[in-house]
Amino acid sequence: MENILHWISENQQIIYIVILMIFVGIEIIGRVPSVLHTPLMSGANAIHGVVIIGAIIVMGKAETDNYLALVLGFLAVILGTLNVVGGFVVTDRMLEMFKGKKKTNV
Amino acid sequence: MGEYILTVCYLIASVTFILGLKMLSNPVTARKGNLVAATGMTIAILGTIFLYRDETGTNLHNLGWIFGGLFIGGVIGTLAAKKVKMTSMPEMVSLFNGMGGACAALISLVEFNHIANEILLTGISTGYTGKVLIIVLGLIIGSVSFAGSMIAWGKLNGSVKDFSFPGQNILNLLILAVALGAGAYLVINPGHPFLLYVILCLSLIYGIFFVMPIGGADMPVVISLLNSFTGVAAACGGFLYNNKVMLTGGILVGAAGTLLTILMCKAMNRSLLNVLIGSFGGNKTGATGGTTAQGGHYKEISLSDSAMLMSYANKVMIVPGYGLAVAQAQHICHELEKMLNDKGVEVKYAIHPVAGRMPGHMNVLLAEADVNYEKLLEMDDANDEFKTCDVVLILGANDVVNPAAKNDPASPIYGMPILEVELAKNVIVNKRSMKPGYAGIENDLFFRPKTSMLFGDAKKVLQDLVSEIKAI
Repeated sequence: MENILHWISENQQIIYIVILMIFVGIEIIGRVPSVLHTPLMSGANAIHGVVIIGAIIVMGKAETDNYLALVLGFLAVILGTLNVVGGFVVTDRMLEMFKGKKKTNV
Repeated sequence: MGEYILTVCYLIASVTFILGLKMLSNPVTARKGNLVAATGMTIAILGTIFLYRDETGTNLHNLGWIFGGLFIGGVIGTLAAKKVKMTSMPEMVSLFNGMGGACAALISLVEFNHIANEILLTGISTGYTGKVLIIVLGLIIGSVSFAGSMIAWGKLNGSVKDFSFPGQNILNLLILAVALGAGAYLVINPGHPFLLYVILCLSLIYGIFFVMPIGGADMPVVISLLNSFTGVAAACGGFLYNNKVMLTGGILVGAAGTLLTILMCKAMNRSLLNVLIGSFGGNKTGATGGTTAQGGHYKEISLSDSAMLMSYANKVMIVPGYGLAVAQAQHICHELEKMLNDKGVEVKYAIHPVAGRMPGHMNVLLAEADVNYEKLLEMDDANDEFKTCDVVLILGANDVVNPAAKNDPASPIYGMPILEVELAKNVIVNKRSMKPGYAGIENDLFFRPKTSMLFGDAKKVLQDLVSEIKAI
Protein backbone atom coordinates (compact mmCIF):
# COMPACT_ATOMS: atom_id res chain seq x y z
CA MET A 1 0.00 0.00 0.00
CA GLU A 2 2.68 2.47 1.01
CA ASN A 3 4.64 1.52 -2.09
CA ILE A 4 1.73 2.46 -4.29
CA LEU A 5 1.14 5.75 -2.51
CA HIS A 6 4.82 6.52 -2.77
CA TRP A 7 4.78 5.73 -6.48
CA ILE A 8 1.77 7.97 -7.01
CA SER A 9 3.28 10.97 -5.30
CA GLU A 10 6.59 10.40 -7.06
CA ASN A 11 4.94 10.36 -10.49
CA GLN A 12 2.12 12.77 -9.81
CA GLN A 13 3.10 15.07 -12.68
CA ILE A 14 2.81 12.27 -15.18
CA ILE A 15 -0.44 11.03 -13.69
CA TYR A 16 -1.91 14.52 -13.92
CA ILE A 17 -0.89 14.76 -17.57
CA VAL A 18 -2.41 11.38 -18.38
CA ILE A 19 -5.75 12.14 -16.72
CA LEU A 20 -6.03 15.62 -18.20
CA MET A 21 -5.05 14.44 -21.66
CA ILE A 22 -7.67 11.70 -21.60
CA PHE A 23 -10.33 14.33 -20.96
CA VAL A 24 -8.90 16.75 -23.50
CA GLY A 25 -8.74 13.99 -26.11
CA ILE A 26 -12.36 13.02 -25.55
CA GLU A 27 -13.57 16.61 -25.30
CA ILE A 28 -12.02 18.05 -28.45
CA ILE A 29 -13.37 15.53 -30.91
CA GLY A 30 -16.74 14.98 -29.28
CA ARG A 31 -18.70 16.79 -31.97
CA VAL A 32 -16.96 15.70 -35.14
CA PRO A 33 -19.23 15.17 -38.17
CA SER A 34 -19.02 11.69 -39.65
CA VAL A 35 -17.59 13.04 -42.90
CA LEU A 36 -14.44 13.96 -41.01
CA HIS A 37 -14.00 10.65 -39.19
CA THR A 38 -11.41 9.35 -41.60
CA PRO A 39 -9.29 12.51 -41.91
CA LEU A 40 -9.40 12.86 -38.14
CA MET A 41 -8.28 9.27 -37.69
CA SER A 42 -5.51 9.89 -40.16
CA GLY A 43 -4.47 13.11 -38.41
CA ALA A 44 -4.42 11.38 -35.04
CA ASN A 45 -2.40 8.63 -36.69
CA ALA A 46 0.22 11.19 -37.69
CA ILE A 47 0.29 12.69 -34.21
CA HIS A 48 1.09 9.42 -32.48
CA GLY A 49 4.08 9.37 -34.77
CA VAL A 50 5.57 11.43 -31.93
CA VAL A 51 6.98 8.03 -30.95
CA ILE A 52 9.75 9.06 -33.37
CA ILE A 53 11.18 11.18 -30.52
CA GLY A 54 11.80 7.97 -28.58
CA ALA A 55 13.44 6.42 -31.63
CA ILE A 56 15.72 9.43 -32.01
CA ILE A 57 16.72 9.24 -28.35
CA VAL A 58 17.42 5.50 -28.65
CA MET A 59 19.50 6.10 -31.73
CA GLY A 60 21.33 9.07 -30.30
CA LYS A 61 22.25 7.25 -27.11
CA ALA A 62 23.41 4.02 -28.74
CA GLU A 63 27.13 3.33 -28.34
CA THR A 64 28.86 3.10 -31.68
CA ASP A 65 29.79 -0.55 -31.07
CA ASN A 66 26.34 -1.70 -30.01
CA TYR A 67 25.19 -2.94 -33.38
CA LEU A 68 21.86 -4.35 -32.18
CA ALA A 69 20.85 -0.97 -30.77
CA LEU A 70 22.16 0.83 -33.84
CA VAL A 71 20.32 -1.34 -36.33
CA LEU A 72 17.06 -1.51 -34.38
CA GLY A 73 17.25 2.20 -33.57
CA PHE A 74 17.89 3.08 -37.20
CA LEU A 75 14.92 0.96 -38.26
CA ALA A 76 12.80 2.61 -35.58
CA VAL A 77 13.75 6.09 -36.85
CA ILE A 78 12.79 5.12 -40.41
CA LEU A 79 9.48 3.58 -39.36
CA GLY A 80 8.66 6.49 -37.05
CA THR A 81 9.38 8.99 -39.82
CA LEU A 82 7.19 7.02 -42.20
CA ASN A 83 4.40 7.28 -39.65
CA VAL A 84 4.83 11.02 -39.14
CA VAL A 85 5.50 12.17 -42.71
CA GLY A 86 3.17 9.71 -44.40
CA GLY A 87 0.45 10.40 -41.87
CA PHE A 88 0.50 14.16 -42.29
CA VAL A 89 0.77 14.02 -46.08
CA VAL A 90 -2.09 11.53 -46.44
CA THR A 91 -4.27 13.62 -44.14
CA ASP A 92 -3.47 16.73 -46.13
CA ARG A 93 -4.40 14.99 -49.37
CA MET A 94 -7.71 13.85 -47.93
CA LEU A 95 -8.51 17.36 -46.72
CA GLU A 96 -7.44 18.91 -50.00
CA MET A 97 -10.56 17.31 -51.45
CA PHE A 98 -12.73 19.01 -48.89
CA LYS A 99 -11.16 22.35 -49.65
CA GLY A 100 -11.87 21.96 -53.36
CA LYS A 101 -15.44 21.24 -52.44
CA LYS A 102 -15.71 24.44 -50.44
CA LYS A 103 -14.41 26.45 -53.37
CA THR A 104 -17.09 25.26 -55.75
CA ASN A 105 -19.56 26.01 -53.02
CA VAL A 106 -18.70 29.69 -52.78
CA MET B 1 20.00 26.67 -21.55
CA GLY B 2 19.44 24.09 -24.28
CA GLU B 3 17.32 21.93 -22.02
CA TYR B 4 15.07 24.84 -21.16
CA ILE B 5 14.55 25.62 -24.83
CA LEU B 6 13.78 21.94 -25.43
CA THR B 7 11.14 22.07 -22.69
CA VAL B 8 9.54 25.03 -24.46
CA CYS B 9 9.73 23.16 -27.78
CA TYR B 10 7.90 20.22 -26.25
CA LEU B 11 5.35 22.55 -24.70
CA ILE B 12 4.65 24.18 -28.05
CA ALA B 13 4.42 20.79 -29.74
CA SER B 14 1.94 19.50 -27.14
CA VAL B 15 -0.26 22.56 -27.60
CA THR B 16 -0.17 22.25 -31.39
CA PHE B 17 -1.24 18.60 -31.12
CA ILE B 18 -4.28 19.55 -29.07
CA LEU B 19 -5.09 22.53 -31.30
CA GLY B 20 -4.49 20.48 -34.42
CA LEU B 21 -6.86 17.73 -33.36
CA LYS B 22 -9.44 20.30 -32.36
CA MET B 23 -9.22 22.02 -35.74
CA LEU B 24 -9.31 18.66 -37.53
CA SER B 25 -12.77 18.02 -36.16
CA ASN B 26 -14.25 20.98 -38.05
CA PRO B 27 -14.46 20.93 -41.87
CA VAL B 28 -13.48 24.59 -42.25
CA THR B 29 -10.30 24.48 -40.17
CA ALA B 30 -9.34 20.85 -40.74
CA ARG B 31 -6.57 21.37 -43.24
CA LYS B 32 -4.95 24.12 -41.23
CA GLY B 33 -5.17 21.94 -38.15
CA ASN B 34 -3.20 19.23 -39.86
CA LEU B 35 -0.49 21.76 -40.75
CA VAL B 36 -0.43 23.13 -37.21
CA ALA B 37 0.15 19.65 -35.77
CA ALA B 38 2.81 18.92 -38.40
CA THR B 39 4.64 22.12 -37.51
CA GLY B 40 4.60 21.19 -33.85
CA MET B 41 5.94 17.75 -34.69
CA THR B 42 8.81 19.26 -36.68
CA ILE B 43 9.72 21.55 -33.79
CA ALA B 44 9.70 18.62 -31.37
CA ILE B 45 11.85 16.44 -33.64
CA LEU B 46 14.46 19.11 -34.40
CA GLY B 47 14.51 20.19 -30.76
CA THR B 48 15.17 16.62 -29.66
CA ILE B 49 17.98 16.09 -32.14
CA PHE B 50 19.90 19.23 -31.26
CA LEU B 51 18.99 20.05 -27.68
CA TYR B 52 18.41 16.72 -25.94
CA ARG B 53 20.75 15.92 -23.03
CA ASP B 54 20.66 12.63 -21.16
CA GLU B 55 21.07 12.28 -17.38
CA THR B 56 24.82 12.78 -17.61
CA GLY B 57 24.40 15.87 -19.76
CA THR B 58 25.81 14.43 -22.98
CA ASN B 59 24.42 15.26 -26.40
CA LEU B 60 22.87 12.73 -28.71
CA HIS B 61 25.38 11.26 -31.12
CA ASN B 62 24.99 9.15 -34.29
CA LEU B 63 23.44 12.24 -35.90
CA GLY B 64 24.35 10.86 -39.33
CA TRP B 65 22.28 7.75 -38.68
CA ILE B 66 19.40 9.79 -37.33
CA PHE B 67 19.29 12.12 -40.33
CA GLY B 68 19.76 9.16 -42.64
CA GLY B 69 16.74 7.47 -41.10
CA LEU B 70 14.69 10.66 -41.18
CA PHE B 71 15.62 11.16 -44.82
CA ILE B 72 14.80 7.61 -45.93
CA GLY B 73 11.54 7.52 -43.97
CA GLY B 74 10.60 11.00 -45.14
CA VAL B 75 11.15 10.28 -48.82
CA ILE B 76 9.38 6.92 -48.79
CA GLY B 77 6.54 8.30 -46.66
CA THR B 78 5.97 11.32 -48.89
CA LEU B 79 6.12 9.31 -52.09
CA ALA B 80 3.81 6.61 -50.80
CA ALA B 81 1.32 9.15 -49.47
CA LYS B 82 1.39 11.23 -52.66
CA LYS B 83 1.13 8.30 -55.02
CA VAL B 84 -1.69 6.44 -53.33
CA LYS B 85 -5.09 6.52 -55.03
CA MET B 86 -7.98 8.14 -53.21
CA THR B 87 -9.67 4.75 -52.96
CA SER B 88 -6.71 3.24 -51.12
CA MET B 89 -6.42 5.97 -48.47
CA PRO B 90 -7.70 3.84 -45.56
CA GLU B 91 -5.17 1.10 -46.20
CA MET B 92 -2.41 3.70 -46.33
CA VAL B 93 -3.47 5.02 -42.94
CA SER B 94 -3.39 1.47 -41.65
CA LEU B 95 0.10 0.93 -43.03
CA PHE B 96 1.46 4.11 -41.45
CA ASN B 97 -0.21 3.23 -38.18
CA GLY B 98 1.54 -0.14 -38.25
CA MET B 99 4.88 1.63 -38.75
CA GLY B 100 4.28 3.67 -35.61
CA GLY B 101 3.44 0.52 -33.65
CA ALA B 102 6.57 -1.21 -34.91
CA CYS B 103 8.61 1.84 -33.97
CA ALA B 104 7.30 1.68 -30.39
CA ALA B 105 8.03 -2.06 -30.21
CA LEU B 106 11.60 -1.56 -31.48
CA ILE B 107 12.24 1.12 -28.87
CA SER B 108 11.14 -1.35 -26.20
CA LEU B 109 13.48 -4.02 -27.58
CA VAL B 110 16.49 -1.73 -27.55
CA GLU B 111 15.76 -0.31 -24.11
CA PHE B 112 15.32 -3.77 -22.64
CA ASN B 113 18.56 -4.80 -24.24
CA HIS B 114 20.29 -1.96 -22.33
CA ILE B 115 18.80 -3.17 -19.07
CA ALA B 116 19.76 -6.77 -19.79
CA ASN B 117 23.35 -5.67 -20.44
CA GLU B 118 23.43 -3.71 -17.21
CA ILE B 119 22.17 -6.72 -15.29
CA LEU B 120 24.82 -8.91 -16.90
CA LEU B 121 27.51 -6.41 -15.90
CA THR B 122 26.43 -5.72 -12.34
CA GLY B 123 24.62 -8.94 -11.51
CA ILE B 124 21.97 -6.90 -9.73
CA SER B 125 18.50 -7.40 -11.15
CA THR B 126 16.45 -5.27 -8.76
CA GLY B 127 15.25 -1.73 -9.17
CA TYR B 128 14.07 -2.09 -12.75
CA THR B 129 10.43 -2.92 -12.02
CA GLY B 130 8.85 0.31 -13.28
CA LYS B 131 11.03 0.55 -16.35
CA VAL B 132 10.53 -3.07 -17.39
CA LEU B 133 6.78 -2.80 -16.85
CA ILE B 134 6.59 0.12 -19.26
CA ILE B 135 8.93 -1.55 -21.73
CA VAL B 136 6.83 -4.72 -21.76
CA LEU B 137 3.59 -2.75 -22.13
CA GLY B 138 5.05 -0.71 -24.99
CA LEU B 139 6.25 -3.90 -26.66
CA ILE B 140 2.91 -5.73 -26.38
CA ILE B 141 0.74 -2.80 -27.47
CA GLY B 142 3.14 -1.73 -30.19
CA SER B 143 3.47 -5.16 -31.76
CA VAL B 144 -0.27 -5.94 -31.55
CA SER B 145 -0.87 -2.64 -33.31
CA PHE B 146 1.77 -3.42 -35.91
CA ALA B 147 0.58 -6.95 -36.72
CA GLY B 148 -3.08 -5.94 -36.63
CA SER B 149 -2.51 -2.96 -38.91
CA MET B 150 -0.66 -5.09 -41.42
CA ILE B 151 -3.57 -7.55 -41.55
CA ALA B 152 -6.06 -4.67 -41.83
CA TRP B 153 -3.96 -3.25 -44.65
CA GLY B 154 -3.93 -6.62 -46.41
CA LYS B 155 -7.67 -7.01 -45.99
CA LEU B 156 -8.42 -3.61 -47.45
CA ASN B 157 -6.31 -4.20 -50.53
CA GLY B 158 -7.76 -7.66 -50.88
CA SER B 159 -4.63 -9.75 -50.31
CA VAL B 160 -5.81 -11.15 -46.97
CA LYS B 161 -9.14 -12.95 -46.75
CA ASP B 162 -11.40 -13.23 -43.75
CA PHE B 163 -10.37 -16.22 -41.71
CA SER B 164 -11.74 -17.66 -38.52
CA PHE B 165 -12.11 -21.03 -36.85
CA PRO B 166 -14.22 -22.25 -33.95
CA GLY B 167 -12.89 -21.20 -30.59
CA GLN B 168 -10.70 -18.50 -32.08
CA ASN B 169 -11.83 -15.91 -29.58
CA ILE B 170 -10.88 -18.20 -26.71
CA LEU B 171 -7.50 -19.02 -28.25
CA ASN B 172 -6.93 -15.30 -28.75
CA LEU B 173 -7.60 -14.54 -25.12
CA LEU B 174 -5.33 -17.42 -24.14
CA ILE B 175 -2.47 -16.05 -26.25
CA LEU B 176 -2.94 -12.60 -24.78
CA ALA B 177 -3.06 -14.06 -21.25
CA VAL B 178 0.19 -15.97 -21.80
CA ALA B 179 1.87 -12.87 -23.22
CA LEU B 180 0.71 -10.78 -20.24
CA GLY B 181 1.76 -13.55 -17.84
CA ALA B 182 5.21 -13.75 -19.38
CA GLY B 183 5.37 -9.96 -19.19
CA ALA B 184 4.47 -9.99 -15.51
CA TYR B 185 7.14 -12.62 -14.85
CA LEU B 186 9.69 -10.53 -16.68
CA VAL B 187 8.79 -7.45 -14.68
CA ILE B 188 9.55 -9.34 -11.47
CA ASN B 189 12.60 -11.19 -12.84
CA PRO B 190 14.13 -8.95 -15.50
CA GLY B 191 17.11 -11.30 -15.94
CA HIS B 192 15.54 -13.35 -18.73
CA PRO B 193 15.99 -11.46 -22.00
CA PHE B 194 14.73 -14.35 -24.16
CA LEU B 195 11.29 -13.99 -22.56
CA LEU B 196 11.01 -10.61 -24.22
CA TYR B 197 11.20 -12.27 -27.63
CA VAL B 198 8.57 -14.80 -26.57
CA ILE B 199 6.32 -11.87 -25.64
CA LEU B 200 7.10 -10.21 -28.96
CA CYS B 201 6.09 -13.31 -30.93
CA LEU B 202 2.92 -13.89 -28.90
CA SER B 203 1.87 -10.26 -29.31
CA LEU B 204 2.41 -10.41 -33.05
CA ILE B 205 0.33 -13.59 -33.29
CA TYR B 206 -2.34 -12.03 -31.12
CA GLY B 207 -2.46 -8.98 -33.36
CA ILE B 208 -2.92 -11.17 -36.43
CA PHE B 209 -5.64 -13.34 -34.89
CA PHE B 210 -7.35 -10.29 -33.44
CA VAL B 211 -8.00 -8.71 -36.83
CA MET B 212 -8.27 -11.87 -38.96
CA PRO B 213 -11.92 -12.77 -38.31
CA ILE B 214 -13.26 -9.20 -38.51
CA GLY B 215 -15.02 -8.44 -41.78
CA GLY B 216 -13.42 -6.11 -44.28
CA ALA B 217 -16.28 -3.64 -44.04
CA ASP B 218 -15.39 -3.06 -40.40
CA MET B 219 -11.74 -2.31 -41.07
CA PRO B 220 -12.04 1.48 -40.58
CA VAL B 221 -13.28 0.83 -37.06
CA VAL B 222 -10.44 -1.62 -36.42
CA ILE B 223 -7.85 0.77 -37.83
CA SER B 224 -9.19 3.53 -35.62
CA LEU B 225 -8.91 1.23 -32.61
CA LEU B 226 -5.36 0.15 -33.49
CA ASN B 227 -4.60 3.82 -34.02
CA SER B 228 -5.46 4.53 -30.41
CA PHE B 229 -3.37 1.49 -29.38
CA THR B 230 -0.34 2.99 -31.07
CA GLY B 231 -1.08 6.22 -29.24
CA VAL B 232 -0.85 4.38 -25.93
CA ALA B 233 2.34 2.64 -27.08
CA ALA B 234 3.85 6.06 -27.84
CA ALA B 235 2.79 7.24 -24.40
CA CYS B 236 4.70 4.27 -22.91
CA GLY B 237 7.78 5.77 -24.52
CA GLY B 238 6.86 9.04 -22.84
CA PHE B 239 6.86 7.28 -19.46
CA LEU B 240 10.15 5.60 -20.22
CA TYR B 241 12.04 8.77 -21.07
CA ASN B 242 9.94 11.03 -18.87
CA ASN B 243 9.24 12.85 -22.11
CA LYS B 244 6.19 15.05 -21.84
CA VAL B 245 5.51 15.55 -25.53
CA MET B 246 5.43 11.81 -26.24
CA LEU B 247 3.19 11.40 -23.23
CA THR B 248 0.71 14.13 -24.21
CA GLY B 249 0.70 13.19 -27.90
CA GLY B 250 0.29 9.50 -27.17
CA ILE B 251 -2.42 9.77 -24.53
CA LEU B 252 -4.25 12.40 -26.56
CA VAL B 253 -4.42 10.09 -29.56
CA GLY B 254 -5.21 7.13 -27.33
CA ALA B 255 -8.22 8.90 -25.83
CA ALA B 256 -9.41 10.66 -28.97
CA GLY B 257 -8.88 7.49 -31.01
CA THR B 258 -10.95 5.41 -28.62
CA LEU B 259 -13.79 7.92 -28.72
CA LEU B 260 -13.54 8.14 -32.51
CA THR B 261 -13.78 4.36 -32.70
CA ILE B 262 -16.96 4.46 -30.63
CA LEU B 263 -18.36 7.30 -32.77
CA MET B 264 -17.69 5.27 -35.91
CA CYS B 265 -19.51 2.31 -34.42
CA LYS B 266 -22.39 4.59 -33.52
CA ALA B 267 -22.63 5.82 -37.12
CA MET B 268 -23.34 2.20 -37.99
CA ASN B 269 -25.59 1.80 -34.97
CA ARG B 270 -23.51 -1.03 -33.55
CA SER B 271 -21.44 -1.52 -30.45
CA LEU B 272 -17.68 -1.88 -30.48
CA LEU B 273 -17.94 -5.34 -28.92
CA ASN B 274 -20.30 -6.34 -31.70
CA VAL B 275 -17.71 -5.26 -34.26
CA LEU B 276 -14.82 -7.04 -32.56
CA ILE B 277 -16.37 -10.40 -31.78
CA GLY B 278 -19.53 -9.96 -33.82
CA SER B 279 -20.17 -11.76 -37.03
CA PHE B 280 -20.55 -8.89 -39.47
CA GLY B 281 -19.06 -10.29 -42.62
CA GLY B 282 -16.55 -12.60 -41.00
CA ASN B 283 -18.64 -15.36 -39.54
CA LYS B 284 -21.28 -16.39 -42.03
CA THR B 285 -23.33 -18.51 -39.64
CA GLY B 286 -24.78 -15.45 -37.94
CA ALA B 287 -25.55 -13.88 -41.28
CA THR B 288 -27.74 -16.54 -42.80
CA GLY B 289 -30.52 -16.01 -40.27
CA GLY B 290 -31.86 -12.94 -41.98
CA THR B 291 -32.23 -14.15 -45.54
CA THR B 292 -35.82 -14.27 -46.62
CA ALA B 293 -35.61 -13.87 -50.33
CA GLN B 294 -32.68 -16.07 -51.21
CA GLY B 295 -33.29 -17.50 -54.65
CA GLY B 296 -36.17 -15.11 -55.31
CA HIS B 297 -36.76 -13.48 -58.65
CA TYR B 298 -35.22 -10.24 -59.73
CA LYS B 299 -35.73 -8.43 -62.98
CA GLU B 300 -33.08 -6.97 -65.20
CA ILE B 301 -33.30 -3.73 -67.09
CA SER B 302 -31.53 -2.91 -70.33
CA LEU B 303 -29.19 0.04 -70.79
CA SER B 304 -31.49 1.83 -73.21
CA ASP B 305 -34.48 1.43 -70.91
CA SER B 306 -32.50 2.83 -68.01
CA ALA B 307 -31.32 5.73 -70.13
CA MET B 308 -34.88 6.42 -71.20
CA LEU B 309 -36.21 6.21 -67.67
CA MET B 310 -33.67 8.69 -66.36
CA SER B 311 -33.85 11.13 -69.29
CA TYR B 312 -37.56 11.60 -68.81
CA ALA B 313 -37.51 11.73 -65.03
CA ASN B 314 -37.96 14.93 -63.09
CA LYS B 315 -35.60 14.00 -60.36
CA VAL B 316 -32.90 11.34 -60.12
CA MET B 317 -31.09 10.43 -56.92
CA ILE B 318 -27.75 8.67 -57.22
CA VAL B 319 -26.68 6.42 -54.34
CA PRO B 320 -22.94 5.78 -54.63
CA GLY B 321 -21.20 2.90 -52.85
CA TYR B 322 -17.94 1.04 -52.82
CA GLY B 323 -18.59 -0.30 -56.31
CA LEU B 324 -18.25 3.25 -57.63
CA ALA B 325 -14.94 3.68 -55.84
CA VAL B 326 -13.54 0.37 -57.05
CA ALA B 327 -14.50 1.10 -60.64
CA GLN B 328 -13.05 4.64 -60.34
CA ALA B 329 -16.27 5.79 -61.95
CA GLN B 330 -16.64 9.14 -60.16
CA HIS B 331 -15.74 11.26 -63.20
CA ILE B 332 -18.08 9.51 -65.60
CA CYS B 333 -20.74 9.67 -62.88
CA HIS B 334 -20.34 13.43 -62.80
CA GLU B 335 -20.65 13.48 -66.58
CA LEU B 336 -23.91 11.55 -66.39
CA GLU B 337 -25.14 14.05 -63.83
CA LYS B 338 -24.29 17.01 -66.09
CA MET B 339 -25.88 15.36 -69.08
CA LEU B 340 -29.12 14.74 -67.20
CA ASN B 341 -29.01 18.30 -65.91
CA ASP B 342 -28.84 19.58 -69.47
CA LYS B 343 -31.98 17.63 -70.20
CA GLY B 344 -33.68 19.38 -67.30
CA VAL B 345 -33.48 16.50 -64.86
CA GLU B 346 -32.65 17.36 -61.28
CA VAL B 347 -29.83 15.11 -60.04
CA LYS B 348 -28.71 14.69 -56.45
CA TYR B 349 -26.54 12.28 -54.52
CA ALA B 350 -27.58 10.45 -51.37
CA ILE B 351 -24.57 9.81 -49.15
CA HIS B 352 -24.81 7.22 -46.43
CA PRO B 353 -22.35 7.93 -43.60
CA VAL B 354 -20.67 4.54 -43.95
CA ALA B 355 -20.98 4.05 -47.70
CA GLY B 356 -17.69 2.82 -49.10
CA ARG B 357 -14.81 1.67 -46.98
CA MET B 358 -14.47 4.68 -44.71
CA PRO B 359 -16.70 7.42 -43.41
CA GLY B 360 -16.66 10.29 -45.85
CA HIS B 361 -15.30 8.04 -48.60
CA MET B 362 -18.00 9.04 -51.09
CA ASN B 363 -17.72 12.75 -50.32
CA VAL B 364 -14.00 12.66 -51.02
CA LEU B 365 -14.45 10.61 -54.16
CA LEU B 366 -17.18 12.81 -55.66
CA ALA B 367 -15.34 15.98 -54.68
CA GLU B 368 -12.41 14.66 -56.68
CA ALA B 369 -14.70 14.58 -59.73
CA ASP B 370 -15.81 18.19 -59.04
CA VAL B 371 -19.33 17.27 -58.06
CA ASN B 372 -20.97 20.28 -56.43
CA TYR B 373 -20.98 20.01 -52.67
CA GLU B 374 -24.60 21.12 -52.49
CA LYS B 375 -25.73 18.16 -54.53
CA LEU B 376 -24.52 15.73 -51.86
CA LEU B 377 -27.30 15.00 -49.40
CA GLU B 378 -26.70 13.46 -46.01
CA MET B 379 -28.78 10.47 -45.07
CA ASP B 380 -31.62 12.22 -43.27
CA ASP B 381 -32.09 14.85 -45.97
CA ALA B 382 -31.94 12.21 -48.66
CA ASN B 383 -34.56 10.11 -46.92
CA ASP B 384 -36.88 13.11 -46.94
CA GLU B 385 -36.41 13.55 -50.67
CA PHE B 386 -36.69 9.99 -51.94
CA LYS B 387 -40.44 10.16 -52.19
CA THR B 388 -40.18 12.99 -54.72
CA CYS B 389 -37.68 11.06 -56.86
CA ASP B 390 -38.64 9.29 -60.05
CA VAL B 391 -35.51 7.20 -60.29
CA VAL B 392 -32.93 6.12 -57.75
CA LEU B 393 -29.71 4.89 -59.33
CA ILE B 394 -27.70 2.75 -56.94
CA LEU B 395 -24.06 2.48 -57.99
CA GLY B 396 -22.31 -0.36 -56.21
CA ALA B 397 -23.93 0.25 -52.84
CA ASN B 398 -25.55 -2.65 -51.08
CA ASP B 399 -25.69 -2.92 -47.31
CA VAL B 400 -26.53 0.76 -46.84
CA VAL B 401 -29.78 0.29 -48.78
CA ASN B 402 -30.70 -3.13 -47.39
CA PRO B 403 -34.24 -3.01 -45.97
CA ALA B 404 -33.34 -5.91 -43.67
CA ALA B 405 -31.68 -3.32 -41.42
CA LYS B 406 -35.13 -1.89 -40.81
CA ASN B 407 -37.48 -4.83 -40.73
CA ASP B 408 -35.55 -8.02 -40.01
CA PRO B 409 -34.46 -8.29 -36.36
CA ALA B 410 -32.52 -11.46 -37.18
CA SER B 411 -30.25 -9.66 -39.62
CA PRO B 412 -26.76 -8.76 -38.37
CA ILE B 413 -27.20 -5.22 -39.65
CA TYR B 414 -30.59 -4.79 -37.98
CA GLY B 415 -30.85 -1.31 -36.49
CA MET B 416 -28.38 0.36 -38.83
CA PRO B 417 -29.98 3.44 -40.37
CA ILE B 418 -30.32 3.00 -44.15
CA LEU B 419 -31.18 5.05 -47.20
CA GLU B 420 -34.85 4.40 -47.85
CA VAL B 421 -34.63 4.20 -51.61
CA GLU B 422 -37.91 2.31 -51.88
CA LEU B 423 -39.81 5.54 -51.35
CA ALA B 424 -38.89 6.51 -54.91
CA LYS B 425 -40.91 5.43 -57.92
CA ASN B 426 -38.18 3.34 -59.55
CA VAL B 427 -34.98 1.84 -58.28
CA ILE B 428 -32.18 0.86 -60.64
CA VAL B 429 -29.40 -1.13 -59.02
CA ASN B 430 -26.04 -1.31 -60.72
CA LYS B 431 -23.96 -4.22 -59.40
CA ARG B 432 -21.41 -6.51 -60.91
CA SER B 433 -23.38 -9.63 -60.02
CA MET B 434 -26.01 -10.92 -57.62
CA LYS B 435 -23.32 -11.66 -55.04
CA PRO B 436 -24.07 -10.23 -51.60
CA GLY B 437 -22.25 -7.12 -50.43
CA TYR B 438 -19.36 -6.82 -48.05
CA ALA B 439 -21.37 -7.78 -45.03
CA GLY B 440 -22.13 -11.08 -46.74
CA ILE B 441 -25.89 -10.80 -46.41
CA GLU B 442 -28.58 -11.11 -49.00
CA ASN B 443 -30.38 -7.91 -49.97
CA ASP B 444 -34.12 -8.12 -50.17
CA LEU B 445 -34.29 -4.86 -52.08
CA PHE B 446 -33.12 -6.53 -55.29
CA PHE B 447 -36.21 -8.75 -55.36
CA ARG B 448 -38.73 -5.99 -54.79
CA PRO B 449 -41.15 -5.13 -57.64
CA LYS B 450 -39.89 -1.55 -57.94
CA THR B 451 -36.30 -2.66 -58.35
CA SER B 452 -34.54 -3.45 -61.62
CA MET B 453 -31.01 -4.73 -61.88
CA LEU B 454 -28.43 -3.31 -64.27
CA PHE B 455 -25.43 -5.61 -64.14
CA GLY B 456 -21.90 -4.62 -64.99
CA ASP B 457 -18.86 -2.67 -63.85
CA ALA B 458 -19.96 0.80 -62.68
CA LYS B 459 -17.61 2.67 -65.01
CA LYS B 460 -18.54 0.64 -68.07
CA VAL B 461 -22.25 0.88 -67.36
CA LEU B 462 -22.09 4.63 -66.78
CA GLN B 463 -20.13 5.17 -69.98
CA ASP B 464 -22.73 3.21 -71.92
CA LEU B 465 -25.53 5.08 -70.18
CA VAL B 466 -23.97 8.40 -71.12
CA SER B 467 -23.76 7.45 -74.79
CA GLU B 468 -27.30 6.08 -74.73
CA ILE B 469 -28.61 9.31 -73.23
CA LYS B 470 -26.65 11.29 -75.82
CA ALA B 471 -28.42 9.32 -78.54
CA ILE B 472 -31.88 10.08 -77.19
